[in-house]
Amino acid sequence: MSDTKSTKGSIENGAFDFLDERTGIAKALKNNLRKIFPDHWSFMLGEIALYSFIILLLSGTFLSFFFVPSQEEVIYHGGYAPLAGLQMSQAYASTIDMSFDVRGGLLMRQIHHWAALIFLAAMIVHLLRIFFTGAYRKPREFNWLIGIGLLTLGIIEGFAGYSLPDDLLSGTGLRIAEAIVQAIPLVGTYLAFFLFGGPFPGHIFISRLYTIHVLLIPAIILALITVHLMLVWFQKHTQYPGPGRTEQNVVGYPLMPVYMAKAGGFFFIVFGITAFLGALFSINPIWLYGPYNPSQISAGSQPDFYMGWLDGLVRMAPNLETHAFGHTISWNILIPALIVPGIFFTGLALFPFLESWVNGDKSEHHLLERPRNAPTRTALGVGGIAFMVVALINGGNDIIATHFGFSINQIMWFSRIGIFLVPIISFVITKRICLGLAHKDRDTVLHGRESGRLVMLPNGEYIEVHEQISADEKWALTQHKQYNVIAGQTNVDSNGVQRATGFKGRTRRALSKWMYGEQVAKPTATDLEIESGEH
Amino acid sequence: MNDHSQGEIEPFSDPGLPAHVHRRADHDPVAEKRAERQVATLFIISALSTVAFIASFVGIKSDQYVFLPLLGTTNAQQLALGIFFALALSAIGFGAVHWAKTLMPDTEQVDLRHTMRSAEVDRRELAATFGEGASDSGIGRRSLIKRSLGAALALITISPLILLRDLGPLPRKQLEHTNWQPGSRLITDPGGIALKAADLQVGGVAHVLPELPNGRHQTLDDLTRDAVLVIRLRPEDLHLNAERTNWTHDGIIAFSKLCTHMGCAVGLYEQQTHHLLCPCHQSTFDVTTGASVIFGPAARPLPQLAITVDSEGYLVAQHGFTEAVGPSFWERSI
Repeated sequence: MSDTKSTKGSIENGAFDFLDERTGIAKALKNNLRKIFPDHWSFMLGEIALYSFIILLLSGTFLSFFFVPSQEEVIYHGGYAPLAGLQMSQAYASTIDMSFDVRGGLLMRQIHHWAALIFLAAMIVHLLRIFFTGAYRKPREFNWLIGIGLLTLGIIEGFAGYSLPDDLLSGTGLRIAEAIVQAIPLVGTYLAFFLFGGPFPGHIFISRLYTIHVLLIPAIILALITVHLMLVWFQKHTQYPGPGRTEQNVVGYPLMPVYMAKAGGFFFIVFGITAFLGALFSINPIWLYGPYNPSQISAGSQPDFYMGWLDGLVRMAPNLETHAFGHTISWNILIPALIVPGIFFTGLALFPFLESWVNGDKSEHHLLERPRNAPTRTALGVGGIAFMVVALINGGNDIIATHFGFSINQIMWFSRIGIFLVPIISFVITKRICLGLAHKDRDTVLHGRESGRLVMLPNGEYIEVHEQISADEKWALTQHKQYNVIAGQTNVDSNGVQRATGFKGRTRRALSKWMYGEQVAKPTATDLEIESGEH
Repeated sequence: MNDHSQGEIEPFSDPGLPAHVHRRADHDPVAEKRAERQVATLFIISALSTVAFIASFVGIKSDQYVFLPLLGTTNAQQLALGIFFALALSAIGFGAVHWAKTLMPDTEQVDLRHTMRSAEVDRRELAATFGEGASDSGIGRRSLIKRSLGAALALITISPLILLRDLGPLPRKQLEHTNWQPGSRLITDPGGIALKAADLQVGGVAHVLPELPNGRHQTLDDLTRDAVLVIRLRPEDLHLNAERTNWTHDGIIAFSKLCTHMGCAVGLYEQQTHHLLCPCHQSTFDVTTGASVIFGPAARPLPQLAITVDSEGYLVAQHGFTEAVGPSFWERSI
């Protein structure tokens, strides 16, 4: 084979032969090189998360060459004069050293931290895009669950990362994390002692946390990302509805060359922007915080944003503790730090299954939904965001108080009431907006678009001329599927099947009414006839 | 199915993919050439930036600082490295994307989807294959093997859990102990100077630790348990019961500095209101009523340390804390 003359466009060259004769890769590549992916800006959000994770691996590897994960106390003699002669842990000293005495060390630290913030932010916005367009529906429920897992791991990984330098701020964060573990009834104290190798802070935790941060969690994240992407590949990407786009096809551009250039290029753009942030904007300047000392603290202590909501919930919790039979249960920690987040994330994970149980739809979905066409789900999502925003605001209540001249008590009480009220108000408003937009769509299909041209009729009456919209637009506005409320009157459904009348059946009917009871029916052929008769 | 459109005729049908609109570079050779030059220029900018990156690494002194408006003072070398690294990266990125958008074909193509569910015949074949495999293994027939294997696998998961036992000591009563002993002197932190009652003015605050026997120095573990705040008020401002009043000395009162909520250092003292505030979650304690909680998530007052003065006038502890300091835990009993 090797003596076959290589011509232009031929694959009969030595390197390829070597590879294919050992892997048989030609068949797989043949089918996949020109795989079609749909194009939309919102499909780049997950890409940003993926690329920032790669940036984290690269920059983190560099940092690990200089970081010493040890709590052994040393006296600092490095290049940063204000700390000279101070006692500190090796973890803190080595982080200071890499910031001041390693060329590009500070840059890499700041790139790493900015990339972590971008990683978390991109995952959150990606999740919202998936939620609001119904992309989690069958057959993509696994990827939804993997995504929730990745977000949870990302939050823990970020917290572990900024806790490693052992500065005053992060040490305080660890103290809080330890208190949360310690608050778990029955086993909490034991868990905390096993984690920290004794009472807080101990001498071993930074090195344990280091293994968790650089090996354990990144390996799991990498494995989950691999499965996540393989599923995207096999299931083919969802697409937005429009003329020519159906549940049976995928319309877009081929992987080679378009997405190799676009996605490959986008990695460099994300890395470039992260490097700009790392070069220009100081982040986590630990030399200003000083080394950790459990008897000291700085005012205005703030976690990173993805932990801020949790801190906000903890801050607003009522001060409940149960003391009985020689034991203590700290509801003031358990409720905000474990129970409420547990319910929130479990609810998020189960939502696809709940929704398909309520509407009874077991079919595959590859066309995305417009948020307005699923008003209750959209409103629920906005309510969830509102909940998180109120919690996050309360997490910064001390900063808000000092910057805007409120008292801490005012903000705390706003949050305590607002955490219930604001999501409900947001839910109602969002649902109204969705229904309003759906009404507008229906009107546009039936009556056309307002052209802005006023015409005076012979009898002196003014009318505005409406322009018919194009067939493409009409299709885009009416192609979506709508669900009916499950009728609750008879005990037998339209197919003659006995209806569940127990608690399950009643719950399902109630949820069905809540989710689909109020929606704008899309125009039917009958509506159109009536409409054309009128004009 | 609760499909609304069931039995109702869809008003519109799919008009199909719209006609493709070509870009300028697709039919105008001048535009095409310009796009090609733009892409190449971006790649060249990237290459030059990498050269500048190397020059900054070698040429700029590590201890040089520059002032940037709005951003403050920054290390010149870190800044230059970052800027040129960012330029080199993003120029490649923008070049590649520009190439894709202007010069690569932009005609939309269509792939067909197939349902994820395998074909019936495949599913039946799998069932048959699996059945064959299972029956060959005999797992269904040989219940002794099945059960003993199940038991062995269940038990073997215990081994790694057992190995985790030595991650740390058992808590026992460790959380209830501090280094405060009867007669422990109050020494300042930092400084380590023994405090006399006369050293504190009314309104004054001192951060103290117990003086350790044999001149041992405090470790971080000690600080996590022993940190105490001493505050001097006018004696008539304190509203305590007889026992707790007895724990003070001439208006000087001492509390554990560790928040009873999550163990942060309760470091902010408002002299006018006699309030102690924890910066972590804003739990607020009223010193005049024995550090009772007046706001925030903390559920218990800060533990009070009984103090007095010894024969030389130094402040000392009457005895250790009578309750565990710091955050709550399951075994904590009041």
